[in-house]
Amino acid sequence: MRITQGTFSYLPDFTDEEIAQQAQYAIDNGWPLSVEFTDDPHPRNNYWDMWGLPMFDLTDAAGVLYEVNECRKAYPNHYIKLNAYDARYGRQTTALSFLVNRPEVEPGFRLERQEGPGRVVRFTTYPYALDKPKGDRYGS
Amino acid sequence: MTAPPERRQGFGMAAPGRPAPQQDGRAEEAGGRSADPAGQRFAQGQGQGSRSAEPEQDSSAERQIDLLPEDATVNLAAERKAAGIDELLDALDRELVGLAPIKLRIQEIAALLLVDQVRERFGLAATRPSLHMCFTGAPGTGKTTVAMRMAELLHRVGYLERGHLVAVTRDDLVGQYVGHTAPKTKEVLKRAMGGVLFIDEAYYLYRADNERDYGQESIEILLQVMENQRDKIVVVLAGYKDRMDEFFASNPGMSSRIAHHLDFPEYSLDELADIAQLMLSEVRYRLSEDAEATLREYLSRRMQQPRFANARSVRNALERARLRHANRLLSEPDRAWNRDDLMRLESADLLASRVFSEPTSESPAS
Repeated sequence: MRITQGTFSYLPDFTDEEIAQQAQYAIDNGWPLSVEFTDDPHPRNNYWDMWGLPMFDLTDAAGVLYEVNECRKAYPNHYIKLNAYDARYGRQTTALSFLVNRPEVEPGFRLERQEGPGRVVRFTTYPYALDKPKGDRYGS
Repeated sequence: MTAPPERRQGFGMAAPGRPAPQQDGRAEEAGGRSADPAGQRFAQGQGQGSRSAEPEQDSSAERQIDLLPEDATVNLAAERKAAGIDELLDALDRELVGLAPIKLRIQEIAALLLVDQVRERFGLAATRPSLHMCFTGAPGTGKTTVAMRMAELLHRVGYLERGHLVAVTRDDLVGQYVGHTAPKTKEVLKRAMGGVLFIDEAYYLYRADNERDYGQESIEILLQVMENQRDKIVVVLAGYKDRMDEFFASNPGMSSRIAHHLDFPEYSLDELADIAQLMLSEVRYRLSEDAEATLREYLSRRMQQPRFANARSVRNALERARLRHANRLLSEPDRAWNRDDLMRLESADLLASRVFSEPTSESPAS
């Protein structure tokens, strides 16, 4: 199942060129970009690992694409996203965030039902990938 | 135009691969310029599997649209004008005195890039020339200034995406402890991408006397990026001739990756006088007639002295003359000065320099 999270997630995956153009748009707006990765696909997983620090002072998207590719090399089978922060408000505000890499095979989620007192049923989604320990979830 | 086979084209995203309808030659030219770096970037992209398969058809479609028929002709002068190279070269000629060999080389580079651009429109393969440079020369001969102009020129002819200059020294590249250097160097390189990285006094990067110096690590990263990211960054090394030669002798890989070794000649007396005139006119001053002669006398003496820094020394001398000029005007409070007095530097303003009082002195003029 294709994970759809972040901006542009209903579009087909971006090419490198399109990623660079989006990054350039963010840079032109003065938003520093950062690369994050994870192998826990749950939509409520807020804690992605940082790939280096946010990239301040860049003028060209080539530097961003370089880091994205470095991260892809290290974690080819992880989810990788690009975040752009808008610092104008004086606090961390994500202006743009989109996936730039996803595992080859995405097994998707199973729906678990928990029966409570009365006829209450609680639902929870559980990624199949989480059955394996961190780092082993998508092959390499 | 036929409908693209894939749905992805249907979205209103900035898809550079989508061929734009052409009305006239101008539109075609603009399309060619913007498409070129995109295609280059793609060729260098390291996307895996499915990712790299898709844009292939985009860019090939673009290329076919761009090609000129074999019997077409182009007007290079018009091309130059469109790229805005002429005004840049003219400004270079006007604002930089002397430096004939440097100017010639810059002109050659501009011509090559322009011709390459046109060749590409005929479908003639053009490999991207390597443009890493090394500027050697005495202090104050205009190395930084030329690097700045170069960045703008390369941007105008479409070789660089941004054309900004990031000037760094050893401090910005080399870390202080193990593991500090690589991120630091990469950080600087990323910042310079799309523009020119200017490394001043580059020979400090390598310290022959200390084998465990982190500078070597920095050099290795630089070499790697200079080779792999050639289309995104131009590295310019600068420094004194003899010390750069030493540096290259111990780093042969660096020397061979640099296509242009430019040696900045020392300025002659006439050129220095011209520079002084140019600097003064920028700040709306002028020299009286005897002051001009005095300036030449000053320069010829100053050139013999140690620590002569060419244009920078001229600038300093003029700054001091302006100080004395201001003081001279203030010392006669009763007199009324007109506009011309405020602009004119007199011989006395220059004669007060220490260069005249101690002609054989070892210390620089103050």
